[in-house]
Amino acid sequence: MEEHIVIIGNGISGVTTARHIRKASDKKITIISAETDHFFSRTALMYIYMGHMKYEHTKPYEDYFWKKNRIDLKRAFVETVDHENKQLLLSGGEKMSYDKLVLAVGSTPNKFGWPGQDLEGVQGLYSKQDLDKLEANAPDNKTCKRAVVVGGGLIGIEMVEMLLTRDIPVTFLVRENNFWNGVLPIGESQMLNRHIKSHHVDLRLGFNLDSILADDNGKVRAVTIKETGEEIACNVVGLTAGVSPNVAFLKDSGIEIGRGIKVNPMLETNIKDIYAIGDCAEQHEGINGRRPIEAVWYTGRMMGEALAQTLTGKPTAYNPGHWFNSAKFMDIEYQTYGWVFSKPKEGNTHFHWMHKDDNKCITIEMQEGTRKFIGINNFGIRLRHELFDRWLTEGQTTDYVLEHLKDANFDPELYAHYEKEILAEYNKQYGTSLAPKKKSWKRIFA
Amino acid sequence: MKIIKNLGLVIFLTGLAIWTASVFMGGFTLQQDQLDVFVSEKGIKSELITKKITEDVVGKTLGTFAFTGAIRNALAENNTYYDAQIAKYDAAKEWDKKGEQYQYRINDKDFQAFSFSLAKKAGTGFIVENKGLMWFLTFGLSILGALMFIFPNLVLLGKPGIKNDHIYHDAATNRGWIAWLVLIYLVLFYLVLYFNADYVVNWTFILDPISNALNGGDASQWFVYGFLYCTIMLTMAMRMYIKYRHNKYQIVRTTSVLFFQIVFAFLIPEIMSSLGKPGYDFKNAFPLDYDFFFEWNLETLTESGGLGIFILVWGVVLTLVIVPVMVYFFGKRWYCSWVCGCGGLAETLGDPYRQHSNKTMKAWKLERWLIHSVLAFSLVMTVVTLYCYFTGAESLLGINTQWIKDTYSFLIGAWFAGVIGTGFYPIFGNRVWCRFGCPLAAYLGFVQRFKSRFRITTNGGQCISCGNCSTYCEQGIDVRAYAQKGENIVRSSCVGCGVCSAVCPRGVLKLENGPEAGRINPTQVLLGNDVDLMDYVNNDQDVA
Ligand SMILES: Cc1cc2nc3c(=O)[nH]c(=O)nc-3n(C[C@H](O)[C@H](O)[C@H](O)COP(=O)(O)OP(=O)(O)OC[C@H]3O[C@@H](n4cnc5c(N)ncnc54)[C@H](O)[C@@H]3O)c2cc1C
Ligand code: SF4
Ligand code: SF4
Repeated sequence: MEEHIVIIGNGISGVTTARHIRKASDKKITIISAETDHFFSRTALMYIYMGHMKYEHTKPYEDYFWKKNRIDLKRAFVETVDHENKQLLLSGGEKMSYDKLVLAVGSTPNKFGWPGQDLEGVQGLYSKQDLDKLEANAPDNKTCKRAVVVGGGLIGIEMVEMLLTRDIPVTFLVRENNFWNGVLPIGESQMLNRHIKSHHVDLRLGFNLDSILADDNGKVRAVTIKETGEEIACNVVGLTAGVSPNVAFLKDSGIEIGRGIKVNPMLETNIKDIYAIGDCAEQHEGINGRRPIEAVWYTGRMMGEALAQTLTGKPTAYNPGHWFNSAKFMDIEYQTYGWVFSKPKEGNTHFHWMHKDDNKCITIEMQEGTRKFIGINNFGIRLRHELFDRWLTEGQTTDYVLEHLKDANFDPELYAHYEKEILAEYNKQYGTSLAPKKKSWKRIFA
Repeated sequence: MKIIKNLGLVIFLTGLAIWTASVFMGGFTLQQDQLDVFVSEKGIKSELITKKITEDVVGKTLGTFAFTGAIRNALAENNTYYDAQIAKYDAAKEWDKKGEQYQYRINDKDFQAFSFSLAKKAGTGFIVENKGLMWFLTFGLSILGALMFIFPNLVLLGKPGIKNDHIYHDAATNRGWIAWLVLIYLVLFYLVLYFNADYVVNWTFILDPISNALNGGDASQWFVYGFLYCTIMLTMAMRMYIKYRHNKYQIVRTTSVLFFQIVFAFLIPEIMSSLGKPGYDFKNAFPLDYDFFFEWNLETLTESGGLGIFILVWGVVLTLVIVPVMVYFFGKRWYCSWVCGCGGLAETLGDPYRQHSNKTMKAWKLERWLIHSVLAFSLVMTVVTLYCYFTGAESLLGINTQWIKDTYSFLIGAWFAGVIGTGFYPIFGNRVWCRFGCPLAAYLGFVQRFKSRFRITTNGGQCISCGNCSTYCEQGIDVRAYAQKGENIVRSSCVGCGVCSAVCPRGVLKLENGPEAGRINPTQVLLGNDVDLMDYVNNDQDVA
């Protein structure tokens, strides 16, 4: 009989693994999930609430796909993993055996022990169930007269944007003095501060949540702020202060747990035939300067791609290439290639350009002296992944990158171009006299 | 702002209500001399018709439906009589006599035109006497109301950017009751326009002054349709301009379709006919322009001197050279979403419904079957027509030329392109015709798929599979299926509207024209992962 590979978690990492195992083999594959019957895109949760899409639209594959590719789907919660007998105990008492087990169990929203954090009306935004909860808690601005969102990260700002579409006033508590300044350079954070405020958000920078207060029915009625003691009346509190690996159910399983499930670069846990990938996996040491836990879509996918090779006979380590990522802050799109730190790393420096409309800017991190290109953050301008990936591999200088920036422009046709302006600013700061080269398909496809 | 918007809605609905009510207004009084002139002009031989109409209609003032009903009734009775005569002589084997009877019959499908022409002469009452006022009460109020409804969006939609909020909460855009009402209205409109134009003769009175100014003649139902089409596109284009004000591609594209509709499809043909020339839409390419090679058109053109011959040559060159060459360089979008009238309506009036196109694999299969069948149908029809035109035969390989032309005009020209294609916007999306039916789109699609520089480039590994692109693709292309694989989108049906690229929150999609090499790039493992792994898997030809 074919080996039975069981994957817990039907998110991007689990599903990617399954697809690639199927491409390369005939093994029996089962995906277990407690959340939904089918894979959906977690990143699109916000669009359902805002009415851009329905849940149906967030499913990347049609429902017939799974049967056609002989991937069995099981809707159940895994209570415990018994690795000695290679068996899972499912909710409802059912048992399932496996030959190899892949843990792709994702994250859960952080809660830092705030008083009142489990009250009705207090919630995170991670799962489909969270979305349904938000729909119940904040259907309109009569039911929810004000919401407080705690935690200035990517999910926080999405939650703020969501609530605004229902005309619900939002207070946004951000611990840092500037939005997402732990990650972004100051110029960008400040631009985003202004952008958020321009959407009539009550943005409170440098403030922490102290406690959440209940009304007589055990529902949230207000929050208090640590720094000022101020009480803000509200009906919904969104907790978006980051996520942590979802490992509670593995506590006594014998699988080594740190913050996440400990794995080596082969994505193996301490127990033979059990692997972990995606948000829930924690490398003993970060790979290529990355963090040990990488909780983004793309890395989950890449781990899945790599693990599937291992499971089908071609041992492959997780060895990601150049870092990239993207997000959208209300109306401003953001992409990044390579590394840009909030403060330049030792020996590096930043070049920053900002458009006068206050909705476009870039920051380039480069080596001091040689001006070797390390990475770019681009806001309001789209750039071509392939070219930046190549330039990073080739170790190009920032001079080279900026001269060839037209090749990398990925904005829709007919959009205004800013290469000239950017170069003018660069020339001014570095005493160079560079001019943008005309776009060349030859170079793009080189 | 909300108040202005709601007030606009009320005004718009008032205009629409008056427009609809105008069908039932006024009276029709046919004078004897009007009838006589008509009979002699049209060379109507049957005295039965004249007698019946004189008895039932002349001198009386009738309502719209009484009047057209009486005329149609007279024609029907006439036909019944002569059918009986034909049967009688047939039984008696008196072939000559039988043959003579046919000239007295009126072809069934000419009833509406017959009745329309008489009604146009006989109209009396408020509308006929107050054409300008009626224009204001119908077109004027509707346009004003619509603009009042649209312009507050400048503020209400917030800052420039993609604002698809509440599309799936709203009964108008989420297949709710409003969508169904709109569907019923549109379908009825097309049924009347194509098959019962005599019922809406009052609409043509309202536009007589404008028609007279443009082409020196009174308005026909086609003039009404053309004018309405331009008005709707113009008004709804304002909505596009506001909704996509951050997106220059959308703005320029909208301006382009608007220009080609108003100038090429409407003004130039009207002016040409006012000069006694054949009214020709220079951008309407065969086989979308399916009657280009019909006998009547060839005759008109060959009889119109130098201009006619130019049009004939232009029409052929347009289809055989210009269209494919442009598709090679720019993709079929240059036609479908920059020039075409059907596309123009779809991109303006139809934009609020674009999300309803069906993205399933089944729909894609149906699409390929249907659209290529229509293309084959139109080509067979044209071959038969041309063969019969040049040889004088009535049929080719047992296919009767008149029959196949009538069938195509009815099934494809009226039902598919009009009633279903536009009428069903609110439920099936705005490009039903363009995706499933248009033979020109099928032809452009071949070129785009197999020999073109156009593609939608996927930006490496940036896709998060959110689904916005697929949801808002009016052509039902599952854009995400390609994007999440890091694969470029090269699909024959893509009309290059650019909305997938606009709605993508991660900057993953770019419509562009580039070298053919590397245009189609199947990938398995995406950019950003281990370089060796990418090489290994992506170059493995056996991978499914
Ligand atoms: C609102 C939101 C927006 C985001 N936007 C972005 C973005 O724009 N870009 C980006 O890169 N990343 C984004 N992320 C992060 C990204 O979605 C995650 O990194 C990614 O989905 C993780 O995928 P995964 O497969 O590792 O886990 P998950 O998608 O979390 O899948 C884990 C699944 O396992 C199930 N499961 C867990 N335990 C059990 C059990 N014991 N039994 C049964 N089933 C179980 C869970 O219910 C869940 O369905 C976003 C996240 C959120 C919440
Ligand atoms: S693929 Fe994109 S550009 Fe092409 S028709 Fe669909 S939405 Fe428009
Ligand atoms: S809209 Fe963009 S990110 Fe979303 S699925 Fe499409 S290509 Fe991917």
